[in-house]
Amino acid sequence: MNASVILDRRKVLAGGGALIVSFSLTSAFAQDQGAPAPPAPKPPGSLATAPYLDSWIRIDADNTITIFTGKAELGQGFKTAFQQIAAEELDVAFDALKVVTADTKLTANEGYTAGSNSMHNSGVAIQNAAAQVRALLIAEAAKRLAVAADDLRTENGGVIAQDGRRLSYGELVAENMLHVQAQPVSDLKDPATFKVMGQSIPRVDIPAKVTGGAAYVQDLRMPGMAHARVVRPPSYGAQLTDCDAVVIEQMPGVVKVVRDGNFLAVVAEKEFQAIRAMQALAANAKWQESARLPKQDDLPAALMALPSQDKTIFEKNDTSVSGSKTIEATYTRPYQSHGSIGPSCAVAQFVDGAMTVWSHTQGVYPDRAAIAEMLRMPAASIRLIHVEGSGCYGHNGADDAAADAALIAHALPGRPVRVQWMREQEHAWEPFGPAMVTKLKASLDNGGKVADWQFEVWSNTHSMRPGGAGAMLAAQHMAQSIKPPEPKPLPLPEGGGDRNAIPIYKFPNARVVHHFIPDMPVRISAMRALGAYHNVFSIESFMDELALLANTDPVAFRLKHLDDPRGRDVIEKAAKEFGWQRGQQAPPNRGYGFAFARYKNLAAYCAIASEVEVNRETGRARLVRAVAAVDSGQIVSPDGLTNQIEGAIVQSTSWTLYEAVTFDDTRITSIDWQTYPILRFDAVPDRIDVHIINRPGKPFLGSGETGQGPAAASLANAIANATGKRLRNLPLTRKRIKDAIDA
Amino acid sequence: MTTLKVNGRDHQVDAEPDTPLLYVLRDDLKLNAAKFGCGLGQCGSCTVIVDGKAVLSCVTPLVLLEGKQVTTLEGLGNVSAPAPIQRAFIEEQAAQCGYCIAGMMMRAQALLQRVRHPTDEQIRAELGPHLCRCGTHMRIIRAVKRAAQLMDTAALAPTNQGIAR
Repeated sequence: MNASVILDRRKVLAGGGALIVSFSLTSAFAQDQGAPAPPAPKPPGSLATAPYLDSWIRIDADNTITIFTGKAELGQGFKTAFQQIAAEELDVAFDALKVVTADTKLTANEGYTAGSNSMHNSGVAIQNAAAQVRALLIAEAAKRLAVAADDLRTENGGVIAQDGRRLSYGELVAENMLHVQAQPVSDLKDPATFKVMGQSIPRVDIPAKVTGGAAYVQDLRMPGMAHARVVRPPSYGAQLTDCDAVVIEQMPGVVKVVRDGNFLAVVAEKEFQAIRAMQALAANAKWQESARLPKQDDLPAALMALPSQDKTIFEKNDTSVSGSKTIEATYTRPYQSHGSIGPSCAVAQFVDGAMTVWSHTQGVYPDRAAIAEMLRMPAASIRLIHVEGSGCYGHNGADDAAADAALIAHALPGRPVRVQWMREQEHAWEPFGPAMVTKLKASLDNGGKVADWQFEVWSNTHSMRPGGAGAMLAAQHMAQSIKPPEPKPLPLPEGGGDRNAIPIYKFPNARVVHHFIPDMPVRISAMRALGAYHNVFSIESFMDELALLANTDPVAFRLKHLDDPRGRDVIEKAAKEFGWQRGQQAPPNRGYGFAFARYKNLAAYCAIASEVEVNRETGRARLVRAVAAVDSGQIVSPDGLTNQIEGAIVQSTSWTLYEAVTFDDTRITSIDWQTYPILRFDAVPDRIDVHIINRPGKPFLGSGETGQGPAAASLANAIANATGKRLRNLPLTRKRIKDAIDA
Repeated sequence: MTTLKVNGRDHQVDAEPDTPLLYVLRDDLKLNAAKFGCGLGQCGSCTVIVDGKAVLSCVTPLVLLEGKQVTTLEGLGNVSAPAPIQRAFIEEQAAQCGYCIAGMMMRAQALLQRVRHPTDEQIRAELGPHLCRCGTHMRIIRAVKRAAQLMDTAALAPTNQGIAR
């Protein structure tokens, strides 16, 4: 294939006479993973892999300042946070710069926007790059003004001498001045002097979103754009045996039916024409299906019957301590759906051998590589541009929709093609959060402390992201089908199925085993918090069971086993603000619960106290109020963090009370909001209070996922407190609660 | 051709009469606010106001709308002159991804036009048909209450344009 190489916008601009001062015009360093090796020791955050300062910051002669991040705004608000960080360290007004997010032509390769890593990868890189750029500008000013650098200060985008002479950053910056590698250590500002960081600055993306501005990939409109819809198979592995494309191509507005093996799509001039044609095509397509799904009624047993690779990931022995009272319990989690409100969408255009894809993917570079493999094109001929979509909470249909759009656009050269999935497709075909089983066993010594702790977790991998075209449905379904890559357990310390499986508490004897299950009978991948959701639910539920056995207050019981001072602080803060008291008694039909975790045992700390009410007649449980305390290190935007934690509590409450993917022998049967109900306004708590413990100058810890596990366990513990019955199988449905009460 | 009145203006629309309003708004009139969420009337993302009532545009065919007044979020205000409901959602930072928010705002607007000072319970009940996956519910409720206050201020202002500054 004669695929052309997409021109670098910077080169085009330079050719057009625009003054591009800060970018190298010859090397595509920003997107080139093979950049020269950074000096050792490595600079912090993503500077370690993209060390050039101008990969992150560009200053134009007209004082325009642009910040580049390889991360994608997913609705977490970090685009605003990054702008705050850069403004702070550069000493410019917040409004004086703009942030460009993930784009394979413009930004560094920062892999995936996932795992609550954006702040400590990209935020740290931007902070340090900004500080070092500021130092370079001061050095340049010192040279030009013939004064010592120490006699200069920066303010509002300029360097100012003691005699009042001022040079703006735009005047100071010279070609390639910022095309230097970052140093390992930066002269960062003293947090006590922060003006922009630590403030709750209104998010930059919200005004467009609340006024009907073009805010999402779904809103992209291009000249000549056609609308496509995919006809997905009715079930995993179904083979297309027959379909009548001719009759469909005669329908109003239909441009083309695209068939490639089991991949089937239709393109039309208008969106609803595409939907009509898709429905007609789906009705006339014939598929051969096979019953290959496990029995949903007995999912935990079905999972545990699959072959597993067993690994002891933590072991600690102290033979001088032994327990007297022992309990054990099994906890389960079903497959759960990301459930994005906006079905996945992408736009692609194939012109003169070059492909451009606009996608709400979490990883533009991995997606580009996967699409290149699928289309057998060089990656350099493909440009992936991130455009916001509906919240994804992990690996939903975004990458698949990007592949769909690319495959269809490839068959329709020249025209931009917009694909959006239907609700039923998103629900049936997204890669779900994996089902999991945990078995716990622990003994208490005579003093009521844990003497021995045993934890085993059975799980699939928690990431089937591309990594390879085979991770995407279009590539699996096309005639020259590409197989999904071999699943791998995600490495510790972050882990996947074993994320947060190792207890943060100090137990004299402990053993943690990860049973990694390679077979994936149901399509799965990364969902917010990965295994930490279920592992924290299990550990923190079991801690309450043990506290009950020890006849100890659950908060006191946790503190008895925890050394980490920052962990203790969030526990004490949440308990105090909740009004938690030893020996407390909730009003009738109400219950109090508590839970705590440090996400991944290395990111943000989060403790949550909950009050629930349970209707004993119906079994309905409602979260009445929740009080959270969070330590996320240095805070950039208190309101941004609060918004994340509030959202985590509400979303986790929905997962925990209602949600399970359903299926029969052959098909996924939870295909809309009726068959996969989630939390609605009638179940929203009366209030949620989030208390932030700021740690000025401490590393950003990342907090987008820290609330998922504690919220679940806190709720479960409150339900147990209200009913006297312990529920261990997620979700904690009305029926399960009612059955437990009646048992 | 169907004549459709949207945000105070007549539009000649060339679409099949059974085309759901949502696609006419997005595809023919190039409006962004109403969103495709489910196409089944289950999530509320596509909500617009028709003759003062909140309507799910994804299940409302064009043929039913002749002679009616359709209002979308774009019709309430814009970034430089936001309507009270828009100002309220900005001030409360009542969005995460924000995909559901336009629909929420339109139903809230319809409620506030009917009930000037709704209680929390009324707001929750009214927003029952709407789903938010990010869990922004607490802020959405606060924003609707704030919008009610801002509308009072706007009503008192000399230029009663429904735009509070």
